[in-house]
Amino acid sequence: MAVPVDSLAKPPPASSTLRFAFGNVLAFFILLLIGVLAFSIRLFSVIKYESVIHEFDPYFNYRVTQFLTKNGIYDFWNWFDDRTWYPLGRVIGGTVYPGLTLTAGTIWKVLQSLNIPLSVETVCVFTAPVFSAFAAWAAYLLTKEVKGTGAGLTAAVLLAMVPSYISRSVAGSYDNEAVAIFALIFTFYLYVKTLNTGSLFYATLNSIAYFYMVCSWGGYTFIINLIPMHVLLCIVTGRYSSRLYIAYAPLVVLGTLLAALVPVVGFNAVMTSEHFASFLVFIVIHVVALAYYIKGILSPKMFKVAATLVVSVGLVVGCAVVAVLVAVVASSPTKGWSGRSLSLLDPTYASKYIPIIASVSEHQPPTWPSYFMDLNVLAFLVPAGIIACFSPLSDASSFVILYLVMSVYFSGVMVRLMLVLAPAACIMSGIALSEAFDVFTRSIKFYITNLSESLQIDAGDAVPGNGVSPQNDVLKNDKKEDTLKERPSRKNKKKEKETIEKPSVKSKAEKKPLVLPVEASFFALFLTVLLGGFYVVHSVWAAAEAYSAPSIVLTSHSHDGLHVFDDFREAYAWLSHNTEVDDKVASWWDYGYQTTAMANRTVIVDNNTWNNTHIATVGTAMSSPEKAAWEIFNSLDVKYVLVVFGGLVGYPSDDINKFLWMVRIGGGVFPHIKEPDYLRDGQYRIDSQATPTMLNSLMYKLSYFRFVETDGGKGYDRVRRTEIGKKHFKLTHFEEVFTTHHWMVRIYKLKPQKNRIRGKTKKSKSKTSSTTPRSGTTKKNPWH
Amino acid sequence: MVKSATTKDDAHALFHSLRSAYSATPTNLKIIDLYVVFAVFTALIQVVYMAIVGSFPFNSFLSGVLSCVGTAVLAVCLRIQVNKENKEFKDLPPERAFADFVLCNLVLHLVIINFLG
Repeated sequence: MAVPVDSLAKPPPASSTLRFAFGNVLAFFILLLIGVLAFSIRLFSVIKYESVIHEFDPYFNYRVTQFLTKNGIYDFWNWFDDRTWYPLGRVIGGTVYPGLTLTAGTIWKVLQSLNIPLSVETVCVFTAPVFSAFAAWAAYLLTKEVKGTGAGLTAAVLLAMVPSYISRSVAGSYDNEAVAIFALIFTFYLYVKTLNTGSLFYATLNSIAYFYMVCSWGGYTFIINLIPMHVLLCIVTGRYSSRLYIAYAPLVVLGTLLAALVPVVGFNAVMTSEHFASFLVFIVIHVVALAYYIKGILSPKMFKVAATLVVSVGLVVGCAVVAVLVAVVASSPTKGWSGRSLSLLDPTYASKYIPIIASVSEHQPPTWPSYFMDLNVLAFLVPAGIIACFSPLSDASSFVILYLVMSVYFSGVMVRLMLVLAPAACIMSGIALSEAFDVFTRSIKFYITNLSESLQIDAGDAVPGNGVSPQNDVLKNDKKEDTLKERPSRKNKKKEKETIEKPSVKSKAEKKPLVLPVEASFFALFLTVLLGGFYVVHSVWAAAEAYSAPSIVLTSHSHDGLHVFDDFREAYAWLSHNTEVDDKVASWWDYGYQTTAMANRTVIVDNNTWNNTHIATVGTAMSSPEKAAWEIFNSLDVKYVLVVFGGLVGYPSDDINKFLWMVRIGGGVFPHIKEPDYLRDGQYRIDSQATPTMLNSLMYKLSYFRFVETDGGKGYDRVRRTEIGKKHFKLTHFEEVFTTHHWMVRIYKLKPQKNRIRGKTKKSKSKTSSTTPRSGTTKKNPWH
Repeated sequence: MVKSATTKDDAHALFHSLRSAYSATPTNLKIIDLYVVFAVFTALIQVVYMAIVGSFPFNSFLSGVLSCVGTAVLAVCLRIQVNKENKEFKDLPPERAFADFVLCNLVLHLVIINFLG
């Protein structure tokens, strides 16, 4: 301890304060550049295509934001939307997470008041890149609390470029995760800061940041379960301190209240099992705090007496309380958890009970290559980071380790949750890389000082004396670096003591501090920089090629240049110009949000998928023969039916490929639809070997009507790679009104019922009840 | 018999030592403790009232109980920070601790009044 005391006694030399100031300014400029990098790497889709909103869910958020900016917040809060889920409608104010729309609306309002006339669409498109820059800065702050400034900067630059986060936050991906990941990292930063400093002010800020997270995303349950788990871990491993109490207890009370304020959560904040963990640990931490307090004021003998008394009485009371709780929870069929959370805990739950959750592609478990694609180099830097976190194990580093382990588990259940793993992986890798750089540069510095010292050696000086002075220099350099790092986290006294003690102890134990041979460290430094280079190249490639597709506009490169498929917008524009305002459009639920946002027509089902029976009704209609389907659609007041077909151009995500899900979901509610009826020998086919039920279903007919006219009679489907089964048929209950340029979207109108039926009533009725579509029977068909 | 006698003696001895140890705490901490007891007591009264009268409107009940529990928790945090025996907070001025306490209470009660309905 002699060395630190010496340096504290005399004032720091001018050169070290200058270096400290220079380091601070450099860190600030690096952070600024990281923000610019995070923003610009997400702009590829705007450059390659146009500034347009991507996918399906962002269109709903865009429509809600338009409503908010036009009508103000009170109308938004009380909005009942009658243009979706006809005839049920949807209470938007109570079922949407308002954080994203309120954020974009506020930004738009502020810009308008400054007379910067950006349209709502532009603000929506660029919200995600702006908030990813903020998320990178939040990751810097969080890692700085755990390890220091160097690790913080590395983690920030890794997060700015990690492909997993880019995939959900490109310019145009206007979805909840765009702001939610920033809120997540910021909440964790404030929690760790409160844990390190014990200040109630940061605890308040933590609760407010948690409130912003609850507003933004349903994944807030991750926070409210991870933090109690960490508190429990600290208590169990003997790291309980009063700072832990200050960090946790106000968060539970204030956080629960704030969560109950958001309409979509409401009373679920106190009644669902997702929040019970926080209440349980709240009680546990109070018991532990009381125990420590009594231990502090009593003598050890008395404390033992108290402990035995309390244990015997408390055990009885505790068993009674637990029994009551278990009875209450077990009485509900899902044990109090919601369907989505239960499918996370038990990955097979959704496929058994809720086929809709199982059918969403981003709810499937990820494959091994997707880890490497989305995290790249970080995938094997993370274990090194875990080890680096253990070398001084503090509360903050144990929290980051727990966060990583939990997010790895959840990312293994659902590929969409790799997004939650990305910040943890970046933090760990940042720590690992920073520690590695520390060792290498320390070795090189030691070698250089040794070299300069040995050039000044006199013949008569003893070796130990010379051995000590370069060590002292190295120690002083180390300590200065450590104090540079430690000064931003002022109150982290425990860490300061440990890091200062370690080099001084080691210098007394061995002659050399922890250094590697200099050639090895030069080579290793070069390799690490090369590793970083590979990561950057992969991230930029992923951002440009893999994750920038807006999926509403498709492109393909053929020998005569770039081909653009803009069929979706063509179809929605046709709908909005050629139909009445009150006409209802039926399609599969994937296209609901886009239809209401772009075509401005009422839809039957949309991507919110909150009503399984309604979706099953549409699915049954698509799987039934024409007459039955007409009856179902007519009962829903549907005027137009929209079908997506990719057989002409080879677009694989069309409705025929999704058709089996329609059958499954419809069959789940209406038992007369049986999946084996549509499969020949267990295989799904649409060629001549297909089953008659399949060939007569509405989906088949609407997709392949007049398809043989495109390639002169063969009817070759480019996606299924066969010729279709039934080639020439007429539609009896529907008429085609529009097909887009590449036949990707086809719109049909329901034919109105005729007033009187020509010919003898009994005969024609029996004729129409048969399902043969040959043109011979159309003479007696009353629908013509 | 002997066992119960010894446990009774132990309980008495425990009680006495607790009492003597607690009376040694400074007065300002005792005031904070009294405030905590008052807040918890108010919360208990509200729960009993809800058990008698019923839980509609639930948001008012929740905000009432959570305001009491919240202010008790914040007072405990203040006590931790002001207690001179706590080594971790020895260079935190008690005025700063009290200012943090007031700020957090302000935010808490703002949320309560919004949620009270």
